[in-house]
Amino acid sequence: MSSLPNPAPMVTSSSQAFWNATAEGRFTLQRCTSCDVVVWFPRKHCPDCWTETLSVFDASGRGTVYSFTIIRKVANDYKAATPFVVAYVELSEGPRVMTNIVDCDPESVTVGMPVEMVFHDTGEGNALYRFRPVGN
Amino acid sequence: MTIRGAAFIAGIYEHPGRDLPNHTIWDIHTEVAIGALADAGLSMSDVDALFCDGTAGFGVLTLCDHLGLRPTFVDNTETGGSSYLAHVGHAAAAIAAGKCSVALVTLAGKPRTGSPPVKWAAGPETGFETVWGTASAAHSYALAAQRHMYEFGTTSEQLAEIKVAASIHAQYNPNAFLQKVVTVDEVVNSPMVSDPLHRLDCCVVTDGGGALVIVSPEIAKKLGKTNAKILGHGEAVKHTSNGRIDLTYTGAVWSGPRAFAEAGVTVKDVGYASIYDSFTITVLQTIEDLGFCEKGKGGEFVLDGGLVAPFGKLPFNTDGGGLCNNHPSNRGGITKVIEAVRQLRGEAHPAVQVPNVQIALAHGTGGSLGSRHGSVTLLLGQEDA
Repeated sequence: MSSLPNPAPMVTSSSQAFWNATAEGRFTLQRCTSCDVVVWFPRKHCPDCWTETLSVFDASGRGTVYSFTIIRKVANDYKAATPFVVAYVELSEGPRVMTNIVDCDPESVTVGMPVEMVFHDTGEGNALYRFRPVGN
Repeated sequence: MTIRGAAFIAGIYEHPGRDLPNHTIWDIHTEVAIGALADAGLSMSDVDALFCDGTAGFGVLTLCDHLGLRPTFVDNTETGGSSYLAHVGHAAAAIAAGKCSVALVTLAGKPRTGSPPVKWAAGPETGFETVWGTASAAHSYALAAQRHMYEFGTTSEQLAEIKVAASIHAQYNPNAFLQKVVTVDEVVNSPMVSDPLHRLDCCVVTDGGGALVIVSPEIAKKLGKTNAKILGHGEAVKHTSNGRIDLTYTGAVWSGPRAFAEAGVTVKDVGYASIYDSFTITVLQTIEDLGFCEKGKGGEFVLDGGLVAPFGKLPFNTDGGGLCNNHPSNRGGITKVIEAVRQLRGEAHPAVQVPNVQIALAHGTGGSLGSRHGSVTLLLGQEDA
């Protein structure tokens, strides 16, 4: 297994600020100031109450593995990195985000495992948010 | 108003090909359309409504042009592999509203021999979901399987029973892509694709297609043959719910009750079920969500031949399903309806024909259990049901 590639994400006018913050090592979430829900992924309108009154805050970067899979074989940029882990991490703030689990043996990943965020520079003005086991 | 009894499935056709290097997808659309109309005792000139997914080019515009149709009603509903079950419900509603009387539904695709893969336009989620290395539906469905195992103790051996049951049925289908009966050991020892899903937890990849002809009660009566009565239809979209995605259930928790309510029947009335089987986990979650067993008990339900026809608790996918027979265009929806109609007509293979089926269920799941998907449930019955 070699290290994972860092493909640049598609950025839209609604996600530009989010991705800009990742270049500074910050993972931001939106919170609706009308209904108080935490929003994932970033957008212009709250998907629960459809207002535009969304504030932005820095998330803790902590969470637990909600589910994961070890990808054994793949025909894309990740081919040389197999086996690698794709997961949903449940952030301490609530949202479940798709990501990779890194810096550990894929076979050691378990559901419920506490993880913390790391950032991997894409070279295009932003960084991918991934997670590693806490204490690694 | 409901669609109960408003329309009948009068024609079905499953393309026998699984490798079709010398067909275009539009050739396949034409062949399955002709086949289903012939089965109904109708012809292309009788068709006044066309339903297809978003993969035929510019949808119904391309296909009307290609088939030479001038319909009064068209529908391009695109919910992945569940589209064709939605088309049946929509066709019945359109017929009930007097918009049309002979509706044609077609599916065609060539994932084995070269149609370009469908490239969807980017969505707002794209930047957050396509950078992590996932490349196939298996990777996403595996996330659902892993969480189901964690919450309910479901095992790989239990999932394997679903493939085993499909393979027992497929041995009687001369057109099935995989006709060999497999064992639980063979499934769990097949190569791991994306933990916890093995290669044999996945459906086949086949060229081909299928078609349905849905008609008004007046036309059904004139055709004077065994037609499947459309009793109920339910559809739903399950998605990531603003970061609160729950991977342990499917949209069948909503589409199922809608279909059962419209049909006025319960799970106890269902004699045969076609359950969408892109992966073994798709079947397991769906039978729980439709209410055939308690949530989390699907793993126990499928043991001891629970899904094996003709005498299991819930005989399913008697053509061998997507797991063994056919998953044309990476979409198993239309074949689910076709086999349910065969069961109602008594035209399934004698070894797997369930005696005296009064009510059949067909369920489609399109998209991904790991992110967003369309769920569609249909209930079909005998003419007097």
